[in-house]
Amino acid sequence: MFRRWLHLVGLGLLVSCSAATAADRGFIIVQSTTSTQNSGLFDAILPKFREKTGIEVRVVAVGTGQALKNGRNGDGDVLLVHARAAEDRFVADGFGIERQDVMYNDFVIIGPPDDPAGITGGRDAPAALAGIAGAEAPFVSRGDNSGTHIKERALWRAAGIDPSGSSGAWYREAGSGMGATLNTAVGMGAYTLTDRATWIGFGNRRDFKVLVEGDKRLFNPYGVILVNPTRHPHVNAVGGRAFISWLTGSEGQAAIAAYTVSDIQLFYPSSK
Amino acid sequence: MGDIQAAFSLAANLILSGDADLFEIVGLSLSVSVTAVAIACAIGMTLGAVVAVTRFPGRGAIIVLLNALMGLPPVVVGLAVYLMLSRAGPLGVLGLLYTPTAMIIAQTILVTPVVAALTRQVVEDLHREYDEALKSLGVRGLGLVRTLLWDARYSLITVALAGFGRAVAEVGAVIIVGGNIDHLTRMMTTAIALETSKGNLALALGLGIVLVGISLVVNGAVSGLGGVAGRSRNV
Repeated sequence: MFRRWLHLVGLGLLVSCSAATAADRGFIIVQSTTSTQNSGLFDAILPKFREKTGIEVRVVAVGTGQALKNGRNGDGDVLLVHARAAEDRFVADGFGIERQDVMYNDFVIIGPPDDPAGITGGRDAPAALAGIAGAEAPFVSRGDNSGTHIKERALWRAAGIDPSGSSGAWYREAGSGMGATLNTAVGMGAYTLTDRATWIGFGNRRDFKVLVEGDKRLFNPYGVILVNPTRHPHVNAVGGRAFISWLTGSEGQAAIAAYTVSDIQLFYPSSK
Repeated sequence: MGDIQAAFSLAANLILSGDADLFEIVGLSLSVSVTAVAIACAIGMTLGAVVAVTRFPGRGAIIVLLNALMGLPPVVVGLAVYLMLSRAGPLGVLGLLYTPTAMIIAQTILVTPVVAALTRQVVEDLHREYDEALKSLGVRGLGLVRTLLWDARYSLITVALAGFGRAVAEVGAVIIVGGNIDHLTRMMTTAIALETSKGNLALALGLGIVLVGISLVVNGAVSGLGGVAGRSRNV
């Protein structure tokens, strides 16, 4: 019995080693964000890509900050992330190449129905945050250097407020993915910033609502980047390029546009 | 509460309908954890028994260390294994990150100290009890270790189960080194974490109920076997 298990491990090691040496292996690893996974987008579009090319896409869903970090280490072939400035830095530093726009949606501020800060219906996101800070109403931050967290900090800067001084009081840093942060916000009756796709696909909304939307500063663009095969020779550049060109081509863009939850489109194609 | 009731009916539905995805992740959870526990037992039981019967300088410190490592935080082990297996790390060329093998490595590291520390205690107690008899029979060295391990086998089953419990229940290590990739490295605990973050709380809890059920079945089966063998020995 034990020998058989040992055998299995040995076999596993062998298989993974041989898989690792072939750069044109039959799968690619995509480092992506929790929002794209939690919203169900990948489950909807990846089977179409697989059917067409035979390439398996292995998605590791982490925050954008961690995805970029993993990409720097070479632990992935393609990144699909949403923090434009950090993406451009990643490319400028030589870790990634061929960045392209893929799709977009927007961020929204959600909150409890009684809305103690009185921000319902606002279209000015920094003003809404200022209202929350003024009322010292609880606000849950991702606090994990994700794309959403980077956006949130930019909005606080635009409001001229540094909430970090109130950390642990009304400003609560969850240090978690989008879904876990939403669970926290709903649990403690707090406001939070979320991408719309995760919110619509989220199963534990209770009576919380979208309170602020439509500010152009809430724009949420996603980009796709190939991890630089010159820097990391093991990168499956053939498979990665096939995925990127499919995703930004007519078929991938149509698949993104066709994905809906409760008849609501979650992502809008933006490839030129 | 509605979610809790829904969780039980979802758990029952998943099992009774023979949900293919569920069986896949249950199978992966079991094969990864059982493999890790088997390796951890081979290393940990030998190590624990050797420490139990030998006397050497620094032995006390080793025992404290083994006992302390039982409390290794899974997320720290996950991070350490990630850094080793990452393409930028020393073992990166093996390409093991985001594979079931990586999860086995992480769980083995987590479980080995538990097995070693508990084995050390069990074997040391037994050794003290039978020291004279074993000496008069001239049992020494490796033979002594083997004899004591064999005599302690029923206690060691419980040790192995404690290790299995630690392995099958942890999420912090496997989610970092496995990546929670669908149909590849998604296990019970990482699936529960994912469904929780999707806000599907009833489904997440339902999966948790299934996991507890599996743990019950494994423990029941093992203690059933141990009980039968134990009784026949006592006759």
